Amino acid sequence: MTHLHRRTFLKGTLGATTLALAASAGLLKPERVLAAEWSKPAFEAKSINDALKALFGASQATASGSIKIKAPIQAENGAVVPIAVSAALPNVQGLAVFVEKNAQPLVASVALTGAEGYFSARMKMGQTSDVHVVCRAGGKLYSAKQTIKVTVGGCGG
Amino acid sequence: MARQTRIRTKTQDGHTEILVLVNHPMETGQRVDPKTKEKVPAHFIQKMAFTLNGKEVAVADLGVAVSKDPLVGVKLKGAKAGDKVKVTWSDNKGESNSADAVV
Amino acid sequence: MKKILMLLAVLGLMGGVATSASAGPAEDLKQFRDFFKKKFPTVKFDEFANGLYALPGFEEYRASWNTYNEFPPYEFGLANGKKLWDTPFKNGKTFASCFKNGGKNTAQHYPYWDEKSQKVRTAEMDLMDCAKKNGAEPSFLKADLNKDTKARVQLAELTGYFYSLSKGQRISIDLSKPGAVKAYEAGKKFWWGRRGQLNFACANCHVDLAGKNFGGGQPLSAGLGHTTAWPAQRLDWNRIETIHFRYMTCNKQVRAKPLKHGADAYTNLQLYETYMSSGLPLTAPAMRN
Repeated sequence: MTHLHRRTFLKGTLGATTLALAASAGLLKPERVLAAEWSKPAFEAKSINDALKALFGASQATASGSIKIKAPIQAENGAVVPIAVSAALPNVQGLAVFVEKNAQPLVASVALTGAEGYFSARMKMGQTSDVHVVCRAGGKLYSAKQTIKVTVGGCGG
Repeated sequence: MARQTRIRTKTQDGHTEILVLVNHPMETGQRVDPKTKEKVPAHFIQKMAFTLNGKEVAVADLGVAVSKDPLVGVKLKGAKAGDKVKVTWSDNKGESNSADAVV
Repeated sequence: MKKILMLLAVLGLMGGVATSASAGPAEDLKQFRDFFKKKFPTVKFDEFANGLYALPGFEEYRASWNTYNEFPPYEFGLANGKKLWDTPFKNGKTFASCFKNGGKNTAQHYPYWDEKSQKVRTAEMDLMDCAKKNGAEPSFLKADLNKDTKARVQLAELTGYFYSLSKGQRISIDLSKPGAVKAYEAGKKFWWGRRGQLNFACANCHVDLAGKNFGGGQPLSAGLGHTTAWPAQRLDWNRIETIHFRYMTCNKQVRAKPLKHGADAYTNLQLYETYMSSGLPLTAPAMRN
């Protein structure tokens, strides 16, 4: 299904008959609509640069103080590290979060088509690492980073 | 039965945060089952689409590094009381679910 | 506090079982509370119900915990527990019919000494008996709770829901019967006794070293307030679990052979631990590290 079709379906601008036909043809199943475009190369990339190239077609990002990362300095537990990112830049199109030392650095990316430059989640970190946030705004890439300390092992059980 | 999916909104200073919590294992595919000694296959949410009054506002792509029982948040500016927000997710095994709330 | 230090010194020298020089549970409780009041003078008594999140030095964890609590994953388990609690048995009754006050505001008295059977009874035991009595057959009745996680979690979720009906109620354990005191003393012996290859007593970590954070991901909670959150969901778990399961995993952590889920030794330990948290408000089910 093409990009345009997906947007049109979600916006619901097609007539009732067309929608009914599409529904009966199984074209409106969530997995059909949403399965398109999850980028395997981006999520399986072993470096941040490769993941960025797969996601945005470029990897050069300018450090920006307008991207704020809210995350602990010391993670209580590496399996559940909370992070909230906000980008106060004009025309924010997307955000992506990377854990540099994870085998596959890309944690999540969000395409923003109406929502603000903000994203929060909880992520897994295997060890102390820099966490990088890249924001695509006005066609350019901007970045920020923060170190999060993680203890491996411990009193977990 | 579809996995429990909950959605909440929190409005502060004209910004509305949409938070979604899903009862999902987010298996990486690397964990070894202590009983079978085999790797548990990867099972994770890949897509999460957010709509406001039926219009898509954000689509998050998630990977295996998102924690189990994922809590994901996006923010809207200028959402009004009565606005409808909806989230739909799907995972790599074809499971999906959705939830909605009124701001 | 001196008595506890003496006790610890005795443990150190003899590496064995603590002998009590106290006058009984009430005196023990006073010493326990005084110790933690002196160790953490800035922490209000009620705050100990929040586990390590109440202790100084864990402010960042407390902030994450507060955010976590706005939308906590244990809501899923709690919803499952509520469903089981509300679903009528074949005879039309529900779990509420087996408990005082329909199960509301009663969990603060658990575990309790049952004079008739001369045993300590936990909420899990009463819930299982309730199902049996009414001809119901939930998975946790026949399953091996040591191995069957799904069945044990179903029990933990139901027990968690039961405790949630008494949220905020202050722990109050009746030790007036001699049998109760005996069970209490057995639990106390376990708490202060060293075990495992690491040769640690519960007291070593949760009295001695309470509030210490080894490497950041290894914070130690205080014994005061230990039981208020249980059944609980630990931060990196995806399920609510029973306190006996936590005892088992904790024993493994000091490289001691875990006892069986439901063992008398664990039930007595639970009685001792809960009594030591007398007066604190229940928060179960809650998230603990």
